[in-house]
Amino acid sequence: MAWAIENPAALGEALLRHMVLVGLALLISLAIALPLGIWSARRPRAYTAVLLATGLLYTVPALALFALLVPFMGLGTAPAVTAIVLYSLLVLTRNVAVGLQTLPGEVLEAADGMGYGRWRRLLAIELPLAAPVIVAGVRLTVVTQVSVATVGAFIGAGGLGDLIFQGITQDIGEKVLAGAVAASALAVLADEALRRLERRLAASQGGEP
Amino acid sequence: MPDVIGWIWSHTALVGRTAQEHAILSAVALLLVLATSLPLGFGLARTGRPATLVVAAANTLRTVPSLALLVIMLPILGTGFLPSVVALTLYGLPAVLLNTIVGLREVDADVVEAARGQGLSEAQILRDVTIPLALPVILAGIRTAAVQIVSAATLAVFIGGGGLGELISSGLALMDMAQLTAGALLVALFAIATELTLGTLQRSFARRFGAPA
Repeated sequence: MAWAIENPAALGEALLRHMVLVGLALLISLAIALPLGIWSARRPRAYTAVLLATGLLYTVPALALFALLVPFMGLGTAPAVTAIVLYSLLVLTRNVAVGLQTLPGEVLEAADGMGYGRWRRLLAIELPLAAPVIVAGVRLTVVTQVSVATVGAFIGAGGLGDLIFQGITQDIGEKVLAGAVAASALAVLADEALRRLERRLAASQGGEP
Repeated sequence: MPDVIGWIWSHTALVGRTAQEHAILSAVALLLVLATSLPLGFGLARTGRPATLVVAAANTLRTVPSLALLVIMLPILGTGFLPSVVALTLYGLPAVLLNTIVGLREVDADVVEAARGQGLSEAQILRDVTIPLALPVILAGIRTAAVQIVSAATLAVFIGGGGLGELISSGLALMDMAQLTAGALLVALFAIATELTLGTLQRSFARRFGAPA
C-alpha cells in the first residue's frame, strides 16, 4: 500500500471523481427509471417491452457498451455516464414497478375511498409504501455503477479505474492494487449503507397498521 | 456507422482466435464455479452458522467490481490465462452458491416430511423431492453466473488473458472504430446468446421437473 500512502491526493481525487460519476449517473437514471417504472407498472404490455429493452442493455458487457458509444460520442465523461445510465435502467425500473405492483389492493381502495386523487395517492401512499423495494433497487444499482464506472476509465472517464489502467501501463503494481481495493471498498460500503437504509424503511413500515 | 462487417470479413483469423479464447475462458470458469459452489451449497444448506458466514462472504464477494477482481490477481498470479480463470471463477461463484443454498432452503419442510412419512430414504428424498423443487432457483443462479462470466471475460485482456476484449482494447488504442465496434458487437452477441440459451434451458428444465405432479 506504499503507493496509496505516498499519493493520498491522487487517490482522493480519483475516489472523488468516481463518486461524482456514480452520483451523476444515479441521478439521471432515477430521473428516467422513476417515471418509466410508474408509467409501466400497471400496463402489462408496456412493462414487458420495457423489461425486454432494458434487459437487453443490461446483458451487454460494460466494456462493449462503452466501446459502442465511442464512435458516436467520442471519449470522456459524457459517453461514460451515458453507458452507466443505460446499464442501470433494468434494475431501477423493475424495482419501481414491482414495488408499486405488489402493494395490497385494500390500501389503494382505502385511499380512493378517502378521496385521494391519482397523483396524491401515488405521492402520499404508493411511493412511500414501495420505498423499501425501490431502495433495494437503488442499492443494487449503485453497486453495479461503482463497478461499471471502474471500466469507464478505459474511455477517459477518470475515477478509480484510471489508477488501475495507469498502474498497468506504468507497471506500478501498487497503483493497480490501490485503485482495485478502493473501488471494492467503495462498492462494499455503499452496499452496506443502503442495506441499512432499506432495513430501516422496511422496519418503519412494519409498525404501521 | 463504421464498416463492421467488412472489418470482421477481413480479419476472420483474429476474430476466430479471440472468440475461441473467450469461449474457453468462460467455459472453464463456469465449470470451476459449478464444481465448487454446487457441492459447497449442498453441504451448507442445512447448516446454521457456517451457512450464514458463507452467505455473508459470498454477498461481499458479489459487490467487488469485476475489473478490480481481475487486476487483484496480478500480484498473486501474474498475467495470462490462469489469473483470468481464477478471477472469473470467483466472480461467478456467489450467484450459484447463494441460489443453491436459498433454493434448497426454500423447499417446503412439510413436503420433505410427507416424503419421509411415505418411507422414502434420505437419498431418495434428495433425488426425487428436494433437488427437483430447488432446481429452478439453482438454474437461475447458473444462468446469472454464466452471463456474468462471459461479460467479465471481456476485461481479461487487461491482465493478458486474451478474449474478444482484445478487439475492443486494440481498437481503441488504434482509434480503429470498425475494430472497436466489431469487438463490442461480438461480445454483446456472445453475452445475449448465453443469456437466451441458458434461459431457454432453464425454462425447459423447470417445465420438466418443477411442474406440480
